[in-house]
Amino acid sequence: MIVGASSAIAEATARLFAVDGDRLFLVGRDSARLEAIADDLRVRGAAQVATTVMDATDYDQHAGVLEKAIAEMDGLDTVLIAHGVMPDQAVTEQSVEAARAVIETNLFSVVSLLTLVANYMEQQREGLIAVISSVAGDRGRKSNYTYGSSKAAVSAFLQGLRNRLQTVGVHVVTIKPGYVDTPMTARFADKNFLYAQPAKIAKGIRRAIDRKRNVVYLPSFWRPIMFVARALPESLFKRLNF
Amino acid sequence: MGQNRYQSWGRYPKAEQNALKMFWRHEPIPSSDEASGNILPFGNGRSYGDCCLNDGGTLIDTCSLDRFIQFDAEQGLLRCEAGVLLSDIVELVVPRGWFLPVTPATRYVTIGGAVANDIHGKNHHRSGTFGCHVSAFELLRSDGSRMLCSEIENPEWFSATIGGLGLTGVITWVEILLKPIMSPHVLEETIRFANLDEFFSISEESDTTFEYTVAWIDCTAKGERLGRGLFRRANHGAASLRGRRSTKYTAIALPLVPSALLVNRLTLRAVNSLYYRNQIRARRTRTKHFESFFYPLDAIGRWNRMYGPRGFLQYQCVLPHSDGATALREMLEAVAASGLGSFLAVLKIFGDKESPGLMSFPRPGVTLALDFPNKPRAMELLDRLDEITRSAGGAVYPAKDARMSRESYQAYFPQWEEFSRFIDPRCSSSFWRRVTGPAE
Repeated sequence: MIVGASSAIAEATARLFAVDGDRLFLVGRDSARLEAIADDLRVRGAAQVATTVMDATDYDQHAGVLEKAIAEMDGLDTVLIAHGVMPDQAVTEQSVEAARAVIETNLFSVVSLLTLVANYMEQQREGLIAVISSVAGDRGRKSNYTYGSSKAAVSAFLQGLRNRLQTVGVHVVTIKPGYVDTPMTARFADKNFLYAQPAKIAKGIRRAIDRKRNVVYLPSFWRPIMFVARALPESLFKRLNF
Repeated sequence: MGQNRYQSWGRYPKAEQNALKMFWRHEPIPSSDEASGNILPFGNGRSYGDCCLNDGGTLIDTCSLDRFIQFDAEQGLLRCEAGVLLSDIVELVVPRGWFLPVTPATRYVTIGGAVANDIHGKNHHRSGTFGCHVSAFELLRSDGSRMLCSEIENPEWFSATIGGLGLTGVITWVEILLKPIMSPHVLEETIRFANLDEFFSISEESDTTFEYTVAWIDCTAKGERLGRGLFRRANHGAASLRGRRSTKYTAIALPLVPSALLVNRLTLRAVNSLYYRNQIRARRTRTKHFESFFYPLDAIGRWNRMYGPRGFLQYQCVLPHSDGATALREMLEAVAASGLGSFLAVLKIFGDKESPGLMSFPRPGVTLALDFPNKPRAMELLDRLDEITRSAGGAVYPAKDARMSRESYQAYFPQWEEFSRFIDPRCSSSFWRRVTGPAE
């Protein structure tokens, strides 16, 4: 099951599973987009593709969607949660509503879904949960701390979940992409060398799932960068301008 | 990727333009406040000159329209979005026994670009252009209207858009009929020829029995050796070849633009002569994996950078059969005398299969393709070549052009005014303004 299946990273990842003949259950907000992706995945070799429209912040839908996925796929072995929004930081600074909407989508809806999925997998005593967080969650900075804090909470939630589920053989993968060239970042005009293509991130996600990694930075050069970013003392970090 | 992505393969001319990505085929053409001027669909930037550029305007980047829609592996009918690369199609269909009905010498072009330039390949004498194998496509106009185009539905739009250089609107998806193959291999025969007469006689003999024919010529050779070269002809392999190991190669890329020009009189001489003498025997037969036969240059990523920061010029013309041989000789003499030469001089006979495209470039005759470093002297030489092409009643390929004059273009494509009726009111390109705009 892939939630946020029409995001560029999720779509690129789904293609890698489709080529292997996997069965896929796509969840997203827009049915026409989901159908376009489903057709593509079928041509690429997916054994079965089913889609369901869901608004991530409509929490009441979550249990039903999960049940439907389990029914249509005869159980679930892997869940990828990939939905999220990147707001204009300045807008969230002026509007509590806007900031709250970001936290709702990026954190609350993820917590809601993870709770349901975790309980299901805990019961079946196997499975893998992969969630797209972000390097932005590793340290808050003024240019995108609303987004960053929502992702920081997701990362922390996943740490705890991994800790809880490892005893029952359920694995949790935290994926922390850096800058990716997607519709979400399309408004940033100047894409520098730090920007990666979704297909490259997808390969990293696929590898992390296959190898049951705990936390991956994609591309991997972000790991040392974020190590340094986290290690800087706050008295210095707060003066930095980025 | 940034702005760098939005240049043409010849890296000349340069253009300043906005770019907006289109992500979904069923959604409107993207727009923004900055990008309110005219628009031009952009695929993978593999046309050489300025027909994929829109200086001062906006490009609608279709690279994210890269989804397959339907593949009927029984009938060989494939429908996909316009930004799908031919390389993706090949990867999908070859293992299932199908191949592109027509392929250019690079697989890194989008299918939308293949339609818009009505591209051709080494099998033109048999199969015509890419457009001959397109069964349908959807055209999205800037007013939001959509047209299903085929030979039956909206046939005049079908005809105008094939070879229409992206000016009739955005192609959102394309459906093509593939060609069945028994093996991913081709049986290739290379024959050395000493001059143009030999080329024509080998061509004539080969075009009936070989699906793919093309010749490389040494354009530094003069006099009796004028037009010497290597003739390659091939057919798809039979089923028995299945399972043979492919000669896989890893792509290397020219990492940066060398500041000094790698292409000069000395290197040209050396490379051309060595290439000609590379084959000692007069005839050689080999089994090749389709990739190394069709796409040898794809193994060197960004080979266009070897011409340095100023870029390079391509020249591809077709000379009709009647005067073809004489005009061709005159042209090669002019090239050899100039000393400018070309690494990649390619000669091929076009067949008489007609394309549905109104503005299609190929026509029966002999086609010659050359490339030159971008220098003033090359510009002068190309003007001279245009004179020869015009007096022979030929034409120059817009997808490779960056410099032909308005007069030349309008002589090559007299139907351009008829075509103008189909141009989307918001679409334009650097090329189109150059060859049809008001004289400066």
